[in-house]
Order: sequence, then structure tokens, then C-alpha cells
Amino acid sequence: MGEIDWGSTIGWTVMTVLQILAVVIWILLSLAFLLLADRKIWAGVMMRKGPNVVGPFGLLQSFADFLKFVLKEIVIPAGADKVVFMLAPLVMFTLAFAAWAVIPLAPGWVVANINVGVLYLFAISSLGVYGIIMGGWASNSKYPFLGGLRSAAQMVSYEVSIGFVIITVILLTGSLNLQTIVERQAGGFWNWNVLGGGGLKNLPAALVMIPMSVIFFISALAETNRPPFDLPEAESELVAGYQVEYSSTPYLLFMIGEYANIVMMCAMISILFFGGWQAPFPTPFTAHWPSTAASFFGFMWLFLKILFFFFIFAMVKAIVPRYRYDQLMRLGWKVFLPTSLVAVALIAGWREFGPGA
Amino acid sequence: MVLQAIAFWLLAATTVVAALSVISARNPVHSVLFLITAFFSAAGLFVLLGAEFLAMILVVVYVGAVAVLFLFVVMMLDVDFVALRQGFARYLPIGAVIAGVLTVEMVIVAASVATGGAAAKSTGPVLHVSTAGTVTNAEAIGRVLYTDYVYFFQAAGMVLLVAMIGAIVLTLKHREGVKRQDVGAQVARTPKKGMRLVTIKSGEGIEL
Repeated sequence: MGEIDWGSTIGWTVMTVLQILAVVIWILLSLAFLLLADRKIWAGVMMRKGPNVVGPFGLLQSFADFLKFVLKEIVIPAGADKVVFMLAPLVMFTLAFAAWAVIPLAPGWVVANINVGVLYLFAISSLGVYGIIMGGWASNSKYPFLGGLRSAAQMVSYEVSIGFVIITVILLTGSLNLQTIVERQAGGFWNWNVLGGGGLKNLPAALVMIPMSVIFFISALAETNRPPFDLPEAESELVAGYQVEYSSTPYLLFMIGEYANIVMMCAMISILFFGGWQAPFPTPFTAHWPSTAASFFGFMWLFLKILFFFFIFAMVKAIVPRYRYDQLMRLGWKVFLPTSLVAVALIAGWREFGPGA
Repeated sequence: MVLQAIAFWLLAATTVVAALSVISARNPVHSVLFLITAFFSAAGLFVLLGAEFLAMILVVVYVGAVAVLFLFVVMMLDVDFVALRQGFARYLPIGAVIAGVLTVEMVIVAASVATGGAAAKSTGPVLHVSTAGTVTNAEAIGRVLYTDYVYFFQAAGMVLLVAMIGAIVLTLKHREGVKRQDVGAQVARTPKKGMRLVTIKSGEGIEL
């Protein structure tokens, strides 16, 4: 067997499939432990112990849950639209993982380094609503339907403010390519977009960008249906919303998709505002390292940032009480939308007339 | 090239089949879902053409926002399809005329592009050839849209703004006697304003 030609059609296909597999397996394994971490953090805030029986410190809890889900019977309600009913969790799961294709994990580590990476992410995350609304409708039941409708309105509303926040970042960096956005934030935390994205002379832009990162974080909570915005599955009024009729593997797919989306949003905040795989200090020493070592070094930083934001997601879930639906809509349309719209104008003006112009 | 060909035929077939299913599906919700499939595979075709910006905008705007609202409305309405089908023969001539006009238009456009290329036939400003290869898709569109077509762009924005205001004015109703939440007042509330300490003498009661 000689040298493999990775440039040929078959070589490229095999290579891409292997890369996709690597990313998916990494996410699934991380999710198993992040799910446990979520429950542990939640339990910690409530002064409970959380899962602690399966394996040391309950580390194998997620795998036990996985087996339990997979081995149970799939129940399809009698009046359900069978095809759409089964399609909904698949859509949710597939889209949640499709988004990871453009996330730059480390220098040179990205499955598809496309020029419109930010738009791709935005497009995929706006599609996420279909899994929920299809599941809610196809269940042919009151509570899932109400949950699905709530989620459709909620996600469409918060996408608008997420879009405007992303535009401020694009204006600062001048690129739609995620790898480029990360590379522009090199050289220390003072170059991160959250602090204006260009050292001291761009620091005044931080006055706009810090609130923008907060708005992005809160909108991300709403977009992933996390508490305090988990109205589509509000258990006190809708039992579990769109998930009521789901059991076994379809339910598992919904849950994994939801958590993959949450981790994706954490990665997005890290990349857009907090430098992605860039270390928070200048790293001239990595230039002499082999490229694989430098990549692992960068990957470590991105992973740490994702873990940090996931921790905050979990803390919010534990601490903040659920919003009422009209308050949620008010926050999205009357507070976030005008604020982020003004921010877009301010950042555009800053880029045109500021010292960085 | 093989992969491109496979992708093209797959996406093209999906688009056509989904588009046909939109009008033949019995359930209106299924129709909308097929419409979404058609949009999505059309976006895939745009990517194959190298127009990745257009593809993403198509997905964000049509699939991510317009079709969601479509689905929203169709799910809420109880559409009786037997009643809808009764008018089919009556509307057939008008439908046929519109379909015919559209077909002729598409054939003319396709023929002129096939013979001369879209850029050669265009009388409007197009991106200069020397920069066409070096800038990205989004940048190229931005350069043309915000320079040569800026007035059209602004006009389109104004039309959308008027439509938006119109929709709000048409649906805005101020009902009397509805309790509304005043967040500012709630936040500004202090224990002093919120409660009153009263010492009640026994046997007398209080007046509020």
C-alpha cells in the first residue's frame, strides 16, 4: 500500500467522513459528561448530591441513562402523523450536529472552512425550530401542540436579536469566516471582540460589545429553550411541552440535540466574543511547536471556554425562575431588538469614523 | 467533479419532487414541510453554483423565518381541503395562463443565459472581471448592492418598512380594561409604597 492521495475524490470523501466522525464522537462523549455536570451543578445549588450511584461520583450515569432509553419501547400515539412524528427528533439531532461543521476547533481544525461560516451557523440554528414544531404538531395532542407553537414564536423572536449581535461582531472583524474571526482576536484577551477587538485603541468599543455579549448569552438561552426561557416545555403548565408524547430513542435524540445546541451556543459565544481557540495571553512560543501540539494547545483553550459558558448555563438553570410568556416576548422585541439595533449603528460608526478606521 | 455531479442530481431531483409534492399533498402541513424541503435543496443548488451567500440568505430568510410563520398559520387553521378543491375547475384557466407566462419567461431567460452568459447580456453594472476572482461572494454582492444599486436597495427597504408599519397598524387594538404590566413601576416599588402598617384597635376594624 503506497501513499494515499487525499486530494482524489475518494481520498477527500474518506478524509471528510473521518473528520466528521471525529467531531461527532468528541461531542457525544463530551455531552455524556456535560449532562452529568449539568445535573451535578443543579444539585449542588439545591444542596442535593445529584447522580452518585453509577460508577465513581456517578460518572457513568449518562451511559446508564442511554442504555435505559435505547432499550425501552417506542410508543407512537394513535392519532399521530407517524412519518412527521419520527422525523422531528431526527431533524433536531441532525441539525444540532450539522452546525459543528464550521466551528473552528483549533488552528487548522475545522471540517468545512467556508467563507460564510457565521451565516451558516445562523441558518442552521434558525432551522432548529422545525424539530420542535414538527414534533409538537405530529403528536396530535394539546400540550405538545401548545409547546410547539410557543417555541416557534420564541425562537423566531430571539433570532432577530442574535442576528443583530452577530452583525456587530462581523462589523468589528470584517469577515464572515469563523476561522478569520478567531485569528483576528489573537495576542491576548485585550484583543478579544468583547473588549472591542483591537487592543487599547479599540477599547471604547467595549462599551457596546460587553452588553452585546450579555444580550447574545441571554438570547442563546432563549434560542436553546433553556431556563429561564424553557416555556415550550414548562412542566408546571404544559407537562413537558413538545416532548410529552415522545419516549425511548426519539426522546433521547431530542435531548441530545438540545444539549448539542447548548454546547454549540457556548462555542459560538467563545468564538464570536472571547477569542475562540486563542489563549488569553500572547503565545509567541507556539510558533516553534509542531503544528499538532499548537492545535491541541488551541483546542484546550476553546474547550475550557465552552466548559465555562456551560457552567454559567447550568447556574442560570439552577438560580433563575421561569419567565412568563408575555415578559419573554417583551424582553425580545422591546428591549433586545432596539438595543442591538442601536449597537449595530454605533459599531458601524465606530468602524467608519473611529481610530480603527 | 463526480461529487458535484452526484450532489447536483440529488438536490435537483429533491427540489422537483418536493415542489410537486407541495401541490399534490393532501395535508396542508405536509405541503409546507415539502415547501421547506424544496427551499433547502434549492439553497444546496446555490452552493453548487458558488453563490454561498445567496444560499445562506435563502435558508435564513425563507426557511428560518417565513416558512416557520407559514407553518404556524397552517397548523392553527383548520383548512377543509374538500371545500378548497371544489373551486379547482373555476380557477383552472387563470392558473393555466399564469403558469404559461412564467414558463415562457423562464425559457427566454434560460436561452439567453445559455447563449451569451448572464454577465454578457446584462446592461446594468457588474463586478469588474479583475476583482471577481479575488473577493468573496458576500463582498462582491455588497460592493454592487451598496454602490451601483444603493437607491434601489434603499427603496426596497422603505417598501418593507411601510409594509411592516401597515401590518402593525392593521392589527393593533387597544382594548379597555386590560391590566398591563408596567415594569418600570414594579422595579421602582419600595416597601414604603407597597405596604402600609396599621395598628388596629380591637373591635373597630380598619378602613382601607
